[in-house]
Amino acid sequence: MTILAEEKQGVTIVSLSGEIDLQTSPEVRKSLLTHLEQGKDLIVDMHAVGYIDSSGVASLVEAYQTARQEGLRFSLAQVGQGAMRVLQLARLDRVFTIHATVDDGLESLKPAGG
Amino acid sequence: MTFIASREQHAMPSDEAASGRVKAIEVTDLVTHYGTRRILDGISLDIHEGEIMVIMGGSGSGKSTLLNHLLGLLRPTSGTVRMLGRDINRIKPMELHALRRKIGVAFQGGALFSSMTVGENIMLPLREHARLDENTMRIMARMKLEVVGLANFENMKPSELSGGMIKRAALARAVVMDPAILFCDEPSAGLDPVVASAVDDLILRLRDATGMTVVIVTHELESAFKIADRICVLDKGEILTVGTVAEVRDSPNGRIQNLLNRRTEEALIDPDEYLRRLTSDLL
Repeated sequence: MTILAEEKQGVTIVSLSGEIDLQTSPEVRKSLLTHLEQGKDLIVDMHAVGYIDSSGVASLVEAYQTARQEGLRFSLAQVGQGAMRVLQLARLDRVFTIHATVDDGLESLKPAGG
Repeated sequence: MTFIASREQHAMPSDEAASGRVKAIEVTDLVTHYGTRRILDGISLDIHEGEIMVIMGGSGSGKSTLLNHLLGLLRPTSGTVRMLGRDINRIKPMELHALRRKIGVAFQGGALFSSMTVGENIMLPLREHARLDENTMRIMARMKLEVVGLANFENMKPSELSGGMIKRAALARAVVMDPAILFCDEPSAGLDPVVASAVDDLILRLRDATGMTVVIVTHELESAFKIADRICVLDKGEILTVGTVAEVRDSPNGRIQNLLNRRTEEALIDPDEYLRRLTSDLL
């Protein structure tokens, strides 16, 4: 599992890849919470996630709630079919903002009229 | 029926790869005794990854004993049980411990700890087997409670739940670690038909979303026909048949039909034999 982060248009893009499970999810959680401390909106690029378990989803949930508390926007992008089924099972697809692509996510974060 | 591939797939032997069916569990020539009494008599059964296998049988058929063997709780007289590619009776205790992290068990009575809240019960496997932040564990437990429809019962004690709720809470605990294999012992027994059907739907939904293998021991015919991909019918320690719902339902085998019609052989009185039993050894 690897975690890469970059900044685009003032937004933090965290790209996850590989398998997110009981062993690796603590690292994902720590990374997301640390990046949110920078005070920037955050998009999680999920396109290279081959597997995510409940602990990985729980890490996303906690990061989302932290972002909301800080007044930041947090969204997921390119969620694969497997990950989407896990989200749907707990009806979290209705909770997260999910974009088809990272660019779509960036577009949605642009200020109105900008 | 479609589902995503489970991650817990073991190395796929070439014959399995060729057939496209990977064995999650492989039971071969299993024989077991209680004392001198033979309980299981040469059971061989393959359970494929991602399928729901229902093990059926009447009282004394050996289905509970078979379940205990699949869980590694009993050692057979002879024969093997392979789970996710490992012979569970020949691996080291540490390896068996690691393997058990990949299975979940929903026991018949729920087996929830009465002194703990429902939420604490569900978090228990995580505390025992995973090194996760407290927040992560709480969210995981709440997600599972949401899935089983007990979102507002986290802080209640098991004694405050109905029978159906206890079954669902037990399911939530069994799947909290996202197991590769879920075992359910009589998941709908003792429930009214509506609640039983809801529990069946829940098991189907969990399997479809996660791709896990599900093994269910039950004597509930309606439930078995609803959720099984295949059914294994046991009688007197032997497998009568293994097949799809249609194959089992339409089987011409009289013993199977007796079982399905809930007419045990004990109930079918042979008048001569009955009279002999009553009158033997009279003075």
